[in-house]
Parts: sequence; C-alpha cells; structure tokens
Amino acid sequence: MNAGGTIVELQGICKSYGLDTPVATQVLHGIDARLAEGEFVALVGPSGSGKSTLLNIIGLLERPTSGRLSIAGRDTAALGEADLTELRGRTIGFVFQFHHLLPGFTALENVMMPAIIDRGLADAQAEARARELLAHVGLAGAERKKPSQLSGGMQQRVAVARALALSPRLILADEPTGNLDTKSAEAIFDLLLQFNREMRSACLIVTHDPRLAARCQRRIEIVDGRIVGA
Amino acid sequence: MKLRLPFEWLVALRYLREGRMQTVLILSGVVGGVAVIVFLTQLITQLQAAIIERTLGSQAHIVVRPPEEVARRSLPPQSTAAIVQPRSQRLRSVDQWEAVLGLAADTPGVVAVSPVVSGAGFALRGTANQAIALTGIDTERYRRVVHVDRYLVAGRFAVGGPDTVIGVELAKDLGVTVGDRIRVLTAEGRDELLTIVGLFDIGNRDLNRRWVFVGIKLAQSLLDLPGGVSNLDIVVDDIFGADAVADRLRVQTGLQVDSWMQTNAQLLSALRNQSVSNGLIRAFVVAIVAVGIASVLVVSVVQKQREIGILRAMGASPGRVMTVFLLQGGLYGLVGSGLGVALAIGLLHFFARVYRNADGSPLFAPEIDSGIALGACGVALLVGLASALLPARRAARMDPVQAIRT
Repeated sequence: MNAGGTIVELQGICKSYGLDTPVATQVLHGIDARLAEGEFVALVGPSGSGKSTLLNIIGLLERPTSGRLSIAGRDTAALGEADLTELRGRTIGFVFQFHHLLPGFTALENVMMPAIIDRGLADAQAEARARELLAHVGLAGAERKKPSQLSGGMQQRVAVARALALSPRLILADEPTGNLDTKSAEAIFDLLLQFNREMRSACLIVTHDPRLAARCQRRIEIVDGRIVGA
Repeated sequence: MKLRLPFEWLVALRYLREGRMQTVLILSGVVGGVAVIVFLTQLITQLQAAIIERTLGSQAHIVVRPPEEVARRSLPPQSTAAIVQPRSQRLRSVDQWEAVLGLAADTPGVVAVSPVVSGAGFALRGTANQAIALTGIDTERYRRVVHVDRYLVAGRFAVGGPDTVIGVELAKDLGVTVGDRIRVLTAEGRDELLTIVGLFDIGNRDLNRRWVFVGIKLAQSLLDLPGGVSNLDIVVDDIFGADAVADRLRVQTGLQVDSWMQTNAQLLSALRNQSVSNGLIRAFVVAIVAVGIASVLVVSVVQKQREIGILRAMGASPGRVMTVFLLQGGLYGLVGSGLGVALAIGLLHFFARVYRNADGSPLFAPEIDSGIALGACGVALLVGLASALLPARRAARMDPVQAIRT
C-alpha cells in the first residue's frame, strides 16, 4: 500500500430517487472526485446539498444511479451484495452524527463488534485491540459501561474507537461532532486527526463547522449535488 | 471475559436479555402452551391405554367362529309364499380348526392364537347352582392371549384334567375356595366333578361370576364337541390394526371373524373423538404460540431498526442479520418447550396424586413419554423458527441507510 495510492475514486456519480415515480429527484449531478490514501478531507456544503448521499454511496450503503466508483482499487459496480458487505466491513469505518452505539452492549463489546462480525466470533486479539483503542480515546476503565452510562462526548469517542477497530483504510464521518459541545467536538476531531496521522487511514468528514473544516488538508464543497470547490 | 460466542448467537442472546419483559412474557406463553399440549397428550394417551388395557385385558383382539347357520328356501321357484324362520345357532366346531390355527399363526401381525371351547353350563355345590360359561383352554396358549395370571387372586392358573379356575364371585356364591370341589353340568346332560386350583378377579362382576376355565379336552367332552373347538382367540401386535388382520382372515377362511374394534365400536369411536379433540386443541395452541412469537419479533425488528442498520454498515450481511432473528425465534421455542415439559411433569405428578381409581391406585402414571416430550420440543423449535421467518426476512431486507436515518 503506497501512501500516494488512491483509496476512493468517483467518476460522474449521479444519484436520483424515485425514478419509477413522476416526482423523480436528482440529488447528485456527475460528481468527480478522488481521495488519496491517508488524506484528511472535509466535505462541506449546505443542508440538502447531497453530502450525506455522497457519503453513503462512498460507504457502499447505497449504489449510484450512474457513474463509476472505485474503493481501494476495486470497481464496485461489478461487485455483488455479499462482496460489497465484505469490502465495507474490512475497508471502511463509519462514525455517525449520533454515536449509534448498540445500547445492549458494553463499550468494549461495541468496539469489538466489527472484529466479531468480520471473524465470526470474539477472539482474544479483538479484545486486546478494543482495550487498546478505548485507552487511546481516553476511556480506559469504562470498558464495562453501557452507552447509556456514558456522556455524549464519551459515546462519540467509543464510536470513533469502533470505527478504527479493523484499522480501516478509509474512515467516513457524517457530522461526527454535530451534536457535541465545542470542547468535545474539538476532542473528537483531534482524535480523528491523530489516528489519520498514526495509522494513515484516509478520512472524509462531513462538517458544518468552518473552523474544523479549515483544519483539514483539503475541502470538497458541494452545492445542489455539484462540486463547486475542491 | 467469557464472550466467545459466534456473532449471531451473541447478538440474539443479548437482544433477548435486553427485551426482558417481552422475553419473559412470550416465553411464559410458550411454556404454558407446551405444558398444556404435553400434559393433555400424555393424560389422554395414558387414560386411553388404561381403558383399552382394561377392555382388552380379558378378551381376545380377534375371535374366529364358525359361520352362522342360515335357513335356505328349498321350495320350487314358482311357489307363491313362504315363511323362512331364522335357525337357532347350535354349538359347532370351527371346521378344520387346526389348519385355520396354522394359517392365523402365520398371518403377519398375529402374536398368538389360542383354541377355545366354550359353551353354557351350570355349576353346582350342595343346593346352590349358578349358570356358567364353560371355557375350555390350553393353559400355555391361552396365557399368551389373555394375561390371566395378572388377575389371579388365589392358587395358580393351570387347568387340565379335573382342575378348574373360577372367578371370585362364583366362589363366593357357591361358598367354595381353592382346593374345594364343584360339579359342572351341561345342557348335553354330561357332568363332571372338578377341583378348584385358582381364583381370578377380572374386575368385572359378571365375568367373575360366569367364567369357569377347564382343560380343552374336558370341555370338548362336556359340551359334546369331540376334537373340535368353538372359536379361536387371536392377539395381534398392533391393536388398531386388528380390523385389517380380521378382514384378511375372513377372506382367507370364509369363517366369521370379529375384531375387538367391531365388537367395541362405541368405545373406539369415543376414543377417536377424544383424540380428534386433543388434536384440535393442540393445533389451536400451536397457532396461538406461533402468532405470539411472530408478533413479539415483529415489534423487536421495528425497535431494533437502527441497530440493524449499524450492524449492516459494520459489515454484517443480510443473511447474518436474518440468522440473529431466526435464532431468537428458535430459542423462544426450544427454551419454552424445555420449561413447558418440566411444567407438564409437575402437573402430571400433581394430578396423579389428586385423581385416583376406586381402589386407590393412581388413575395414570405420572410419567412423560420421551417421544412426546422430544416431539413437543421439536415442534416448538420448528414453530419458533417458522414464526421468526417473516420478521427475520423483514430485518434482513432493511435498507441500512433508511434504518440508520430513522
């Protein structure tokens, strides 16, 4: 894996909803973009501009209506549902706006979950890695706590640790600091930057916060489903 | 840490634990349903077995008799009127009974055949006399047809020569006991002095008063049936297959062949009706349990919508999400049926103590047939899985983007 390689490549990505209805709406109009390995990029734009849709398409949660998407060098159009699921699990880590932790599981189990899904069951290696990650995000000692016993900032830190569980080459974060106070938001952002530097994971972060966007290496701005600035 | 479970089990078990109230409620539904099914089935099976045992304990499954004698018109065809009187049926032997016995013994399903010579007579002692049914048998052969030893209350069951075994009621009426002698007289005008070697109690007053067992040779001479037998008593291995065996023998021999199912038609239809209503109850309980499990899981899938989306985003395939919910349904069925069988055993022990026969013995044994128990668990497991199928498919088909957004 060379640092100059491409992790995400988008060519003419279009997305429309409701094509089989009379009120079809096109959300994305021919997006061309490229994300290099280890890059730290902000995705900005007003509400309804198509940021989340683009993130979901890159995250392989949705398929584009047309256009070409390559993840880690693999053309996704040719992949079936099972391959997409596997590629998603191994290559991409998600951090959502609302932490989206599994409420029935402890912080440690939540961080182990990607490894459990990937390997079929929890092994010692997954547990060691999860403990290490939790310590790294400053939550050593909170392993046994359920999400409901943690503050919003702590929950989001668990979510960041979970996204990193399988050392993904790409981290997609959809407004990860959106519902946090400034201090917690800074802390989460710092964590993502730190992991980006240490593990060379590429990061694509949707954010409304211009201060945070300014700290990224690069900004991609979309308005009405078109890239207006990169 | 002990969480070394496969992903699907880990998540399924955690979801069951998380929805504590739902789990407890639906589980108690399954437990109650399975307990009712197992308890009812066991109770009815045992009661039916007891009734059949009591009915068939003192009678053969199939009886072969000579064909009834019918009167035929012997007038010329152009005669205008005739009165045909039904003939009285005299005691006759089964024609070539040794050959018929061999044929019956070789018929598949037949366990034992016993030749019997029976006819009417009187038992006398002093001034007392009683009408009796004289039954001439071969001790060993008859033992395999009717478990007479089980009903023996005094002496031994062995007839032959002047030895006889009579019922307790007859002994009381005549004032005799084992070792005493009685005189037996038949309509053929022959009589014989017999020694009582055993007393039986079949549990039926009339039979206890009328049945007198003697050796086959003696009965033949008393009833003037030299070398003949009046009927052949047959026991089959499958009692409900008796009709089929009887039909076959009837066709093969042309004799009159009656199975217990014909002579006890009313009892049989009562038993059948009981089984049908039990089947109906079972079907309804199974349906209700299935609907219960399905509805709980449908609610659970809706509640867990977002989590399902997250699991999918983390790389869980639709198939594995489906397995998570199928497992929950299967576990409801399996755990519920295990506890249900335990509850049924408890109920049986309780009712076995409450309900007793006239003589104080329990009406039924508080035992669970392992086949019924395993069958109930198997059905519950299948019902659990089947009811989970719809909710599980719904979970698997969920669009992760939609699921996370809601």
